[in-house]
Amino acid sequence: MAEFNTHILVCGGTGCKASQADLLKTNLTKRIIDHGLHEQVQVLQTGCFGFCEKGPIVKIQPDNTFYVSVEPEDANEIVDEHILKGRKVERLLYKDPKTEEKVGDSKHMDFYKKQVRIALRNCGFINPENIEEYIGNDGYAALGKCLESYSPKEVIDLIKKSGLRGRGGGGFPTGLKWEITHNVAGDEKFVVCNADEGDPGAFMDRSILEGDPHSVIEAMAICGYCIGASKGLVYIRAEYPLAIQRLKIALEQAKEYGLLGPEILGSAFNFEIEIRYGAGAFVCGEETALIHSMEGKRGEPTFKPPFPSESGYMGKPTNVNNVETFANIPPIINKGADWFASIGTEKSKGTKVFALAGKINNVGLIEVPMGITLREVIYDIGGGIKDGKEFKAVQTGGPSGGCLTIDFLDTPIDYDNLIAAGSMMGSGGMIVMDEDDCMVSIAKFYLEFTLDESCGKCTPCRIGNKRLHEILVKITEGKGTSEDIDKLRMLSHVIKDTSLCGLGQTSPNPILSTLDNFLHEYEAHVEHQSCPAGQCKALMQYVIEDEKCTGCTLCFRNCPVGAISGEKRSPHYIDQKLCIKCGVCFEKCKFDAIKIA
Amino acid sequence: MTKIKSLADLRKLKDEVQSKIQLREKGDHPENLVHIKVSMATCGIASGAKETMNYLVEELDHQGIDAVVTQTGCMGYCYAEPTIEVLIPGKESVVYGFVDKVKAQEIIEKHIKLNELVDGIIPANYKTLED
Repeated sequence: MAEFNTHILVCGGTGCKASQADLLKTNLTKRIIDHGLHEQVQVLQTGCFGFCEKGPIVKIQPDNTFYVSVEPEDANEIVDEHILKGRKVERLLYKDPKTEEKVGDSKHMDFYKKQVRIALRNCGFINPENIEEYIGNDGYAALGKCLESYSPKEVIDLIKKSGLRGRGGGGFPTGLKWEITHNVAGDEKFVVCNADEGDPGAFMDRSILEGDPHSVIEAMAICGYCIGASKGLVYIRAEYPLAIQRLKIALEQAKEYGLLGPEILGSAFNFEIEIRYGAGAFVCGEETALIHSMEGKRGEPTFKPPFPSESGYMGKPTNVNNVETFANIPPIINKGADWFASIGTEKSKGTKVFALAGKINNVGLIEVPMGITLREVIYDIGGGIKDGKEFKAVQTGGPSGGCLTIDFLDTPIDYDNLIAAGSMMGSGGMIVMDEDDCMVSIAKFYLEFTLDESCGKCTPCRIGNKRLHEILVKITEGKGTSEDIDKLRMLSHVIKDTSLCGLGQTSPNPILSTLDNFLHEYEAHVEHQSCPAGQCKALMQYVIEDEKCTGCTLCFRNCPVGAISGEKRSPHYIDQKLCIKCGVCFEKCKFDAIKIA
Repeated sequence: MTKIKSLADLRKLKDEVQSKIQLREKGDHPENLVHIKVSMATCGIASGAKETMNYLVEELDHQGIDAVVTQTGCMGYCYAEPTIEVLIPGKESVVYGFVDKVKAQEIIEKHIKLNELVDGIIPANYKTLED
């Protein structure tokens, strides 16, 4: 029988779907059928390719052509030119911004050159809704290997030896966690997958579940075998409909193939998985709060110990791991602990997935070996700062993390180095900031997030963060004093010391880290009532320079509040009392006559 | 679908389904594989390049030879269609003209398997920018 000789892979991640990737796939399929090529050319949807900046992505195999920003209307041209005539559609190829040359395949794109894909190995490679494609790419072989040739203790030793640490943020050694839960006696135990991804800008867990749900299912079963659990629960936020849908399909297929259920692969091991939905509360990413939420209680953290490994879901021993951690398990078992341990740094092994966001050219999802420098991530993979601006800082670790300045561009990224630099790994969000970002406003932004998400149980977190926020608002309005800066620091330390869970203990981090690295910006706000980045509206005003203004009246006509006046062909004037600082005049002016003062 | 009852069953299924995605794996790592480009412009298709390509894909698969078969545009040898280019890693690429099924079989048997050149080679009369 003739196999398909060409595969057209269309990205089916949430980002590309939002840019009409579904319609694109339909159009491609239709054109293929029109030409009678449907027995030779296969069109399929995969998980995220990671290059979200230029979605939707279409990859054609076996010649490894990588098309970017493909629109539904482009389908006919791709089929007619590329498939039928064998000519690449130049227009849709990725253009290297440095050399201005078109790049024909993903291998030669800077974005992919430095990446090592372990957790994302199947994203953009297989069809996530087809278990056979997963099996064809070594899927469930690790589970089979464990059940047939290893005792639970041997698997745990292997994971310990690999050096894998939790990818959810804390970085606790995974093998050790499994061992502790294994050693606790209990008639019933649980495996929990934490898919409550809450950091703003982070979407690696969603992408893994969307692009490769079976790897998480397989790893949960392996974990169940190791700790002696026959039931797994995936706690996922209801805001991830596509991830939930694909996970459900995957669970159904795994059951149908006998890879979940009783006596898996002829062994005595039984395992099943249920999905539990979260309402999208940040604090429910904390394991004790997560467990309470799954039990139907309020999603509030409780004191540890007892750790979930002793008394977790329904009071039974429970092992909680993050999605990305699980996705690393099958390759470790298939390829061995030594292989995994050979990647990364001394204390942080393997790779880490980062979500690049902010003022960076290549926004997207990347997986890099631990120990890579920020410079490589931002400039080589990320393609540098947008619009040729200056790099100012990168925020890692989400609302609990901190800012890394230009001084840390050459620091190898791993768990310990990031902590030493005053930030943390977190789940892997990386938000890049340029010269136009005000660091006081950034700190305020993160605090607003924690204010919304604080569960309210502990007073320091509930009230202390509110007071911190008030002080920051005061400073950004130019009403702050130098005592306020001292107060910020003191209160931050009190909140850190006296909160029960990770949320409160880390919520002042964005403030402390910006105070450490950008004190001069705080001082400028307080002492000179000015915002160096020109972001704080209360501290800036738009003025028109007489010499440059031609009196074209464009600003006058566009001002929404009528604050601009002046005669035609003579300089105009902005009434500061009326101005709402919306910036429309600044954007509209063609003569660069409007300045921020 | 009957349930998979043992690791042996799983491995068997893997072997069966692997071919579905093998093409993508090869496409990702083309450096070490035999690569055949079939010229598939209007002239090539009219002269039967499609049949040649299908035959190559099936025959290589049938014989279990790891190779990538892709289509390419007009090579300019319109008088000798269908034309194919054979790239063996570490060797100079060779272009053959008038490749029908019989010729294709000969190329697989001799050139690809035994590394012996076959009649019908079109000498390279141009260089690409990269050369």
